[in-house]
Amino acid sequence: MSAETLAALQGVERVPGSLKPDAILVADDVTRHFGGMTAVDVKHLEIQRGTITALIGPNGAGKTTLFNLLTGFDKPNSGTWSFEGRPLAGVPAAKVSRSGMVRTFQLTKALSRMTVMENMRLGATEQPGENLARALVPPIWRPREREITAQAEELLDRFRLLDKKDDFAGSLSGGQRKLLEMARALMSKPTMVMLDEPMAGVNPALTQSLLSHIQALRDQGTTVLFVEHDMHMVRHISDWVAVMAEGRLVAEGPPSTVMTDPAVVDAYLGAHHDTDLGDDSVLSDEVATRLEAEVAAEDEQAERAARLEEKP
Amino acid sequence: MDWERILTLVAGELFAPTTAAYALAAIGLNIHFGLTGLLNFGQAGFMLLGAYGFAVSTIAGYPIWLAVLVAVACSVIFALILGIPTLKLRGDYLAIVTIAAAEIVRIVGRSTALTDVTGASSGLRGDSYKATFQALSPLGDGSTALGPFSYSNSSSNSWWLRIVGWLLVALACVLVWRLLRSPWGRVLKGIREDEDAVRSLGKNVYSYKMQALVLGGVIGSIAGIIYVLPRAVQPDSMGRPMTFWVWTILLLGGAATVFGPVIGSMVFWAVLMLIKTVMREVVPSTVLRAEQIEQFGWIIVGVTLMLLVIFRPQGMLGDKKELAINVR
Repeated sequence: MSAETLAALQGVERVPGSLKPDAILVADDVTRHFGGMTAVDVKHLEIQRGTITALIGPNGAGKTTLFNLLTGFDKPNSGTWSFEGRPLAGVPAAKVSRSGMVRTFQLTKALSRMTVMENMRLGATEQPGENLARALVPPIWRPREREITAQAEELLDRFRLLDKKDDFAGSLSGGQRKLLEMARALMSKPTMVMLDEPMAGVNPALTQSLLSHIQALRDQGTTVLFVEHDMHMVRHISDWVAVMAEGRLVAEGPPSTVMTDPAVVDAYLGAHHDTDLGDDSVLSDEVATRLEAEVAAEDEQAERAARLEEKP
Repeated sequence: MDWERILTLVAGELFAPTTAAYALAAIGLNIHFGLTGLLNFGQAGFMLLGAYGFAVSTIAGYPIWLAVLVAVACSVIFALILGIPTLKLRGDYLAIVTIAAAEIVRIVGRSTALTDVTGASSGLRGDSYKATFQALSPLGDGSTALGPFSYSNSSSNSWWLRIVGWLLVALACVLVWRLLRSPWGRVLKGIREDEDAVRSLGKNVYSYKMQALVLGGVIGSIAGIIYVLPRAVQPDSMGRPMTFWVWTILLLGGAATVFGPVIGSMVFWAVLMLIKTVMREVVPSTVLRAEQIEQFGWIIVGVTLMLLVIFRPQGMLGDKKELAINVR
């Protein structure tokens, strides 16, 4: 955790809806009903710029719905929110993304029948060749294409996917798809990324590398908001935690103390009451490196098997 | 059995104007389905509108370029009307709407209320709108024989129409080839795979789908013009079966490939001709009459389409590796 972001959050009140000194995202009275059920009812939420904020809560707490609302993939029954001071309520998803707030999905949306590189290129913005008329004249878009290809190679290298760049995205493992989706979202150089369960279905070794990517993002000045169930991860990397239950924001605070908040304990209904939700000894570097080696060996084996299968 | 005659007929199908027209229609459908994943089940509607637009305006005295423009404009408007309400919904809705809309075009075209304009169910005679196209021919009158193939130079089912038709096919192929490898084509492919993902990357999915629908529809309308130039505008010959043949051709050749629709159309019509001519020779008329053999040919088409989708979904030119990936 960088000292700067920590210091910025030091004076913040540890109550739901607390005011942040430099909020990038501010939401007010956002509600969403599905029939008689209230999925989301958030009175006030602020996200501090340049931090990693975790959004946690039991199943059905409305985390993903809130994500969908904020990014324009769903329409709220009421509410307003602004991103970097610009109101975003009612703005279509593509425009939200263009304004610098890019999301990923809980169920990975890798574009299966496109190569990894094509996936990455698609993420880049300001491509003249995406206009039908200009697409017909390659000299207009080739320079930009070279630029984004270089950028994509750099990102793929960072996410250890570079040697897969000509493979179809559909041939990647679940964890690699998560990595690809994150890398693809970064192609547009967003000011804020919203990650919906970035760790779901990712093996522990990859988790470790994903975590370091997320931290590196924050250190470069990108704001990160993520939904996660894995408490170890939340404890490990987040600077601030917001807890939702039954659609409402019930607690906020730094990860070290928020887990002991009575509202949070109530929210989880004692299912994990006696276990330490934030025990991160399991994720010590030693264990992680061992797991990483094991997984690498396994991958290699699987690949060899796959190659044999393809032969006939 | 007269193999020489049969093979000449079959080879003639390979470059017949109808084959070119179907290839063009399939290229248009390829932009819809192969590139963008739009389920357009009304390609015949686009073709019929193109045919009507061209024929009616030519009969009204328009020069050929303006008549073609009218045909194109008709298909653009048709695409917009179809697209505006449905492209925001899931893909299946477009399928339902397009198949219904194509039927509406056909039924309106053949209604007696429009007898003065469209000729109702008897359609428009070819002679009434072919003149401007034939006047453009540099080949002059008479007919020319090239090997076993003998066609008139300029009138109706002519060499001139073959040249123009296949030039247009070549042009459309170049267009698709260029677009397929451009960032624009990349966005379309992304939409085919998962439109929400593309939306999350900041692309206006609706606008791209509309562009694809219009572009494919325009190519369909030009296909319609080529289709009616050697015959008459007959609304009932351009109904649902035509749409399904275009689909068969696209899947046979291979969706999302540049030459798939062209190869598909050539193979489709050549094999159909082969089956029909051979059966006419072999099967005694007491078992199957000539028109029954015609019907039997179409039964074979249906069975082929089923077998194709089950055993070779990627078609003749498709990338097997690409299809091997289970999308859902």
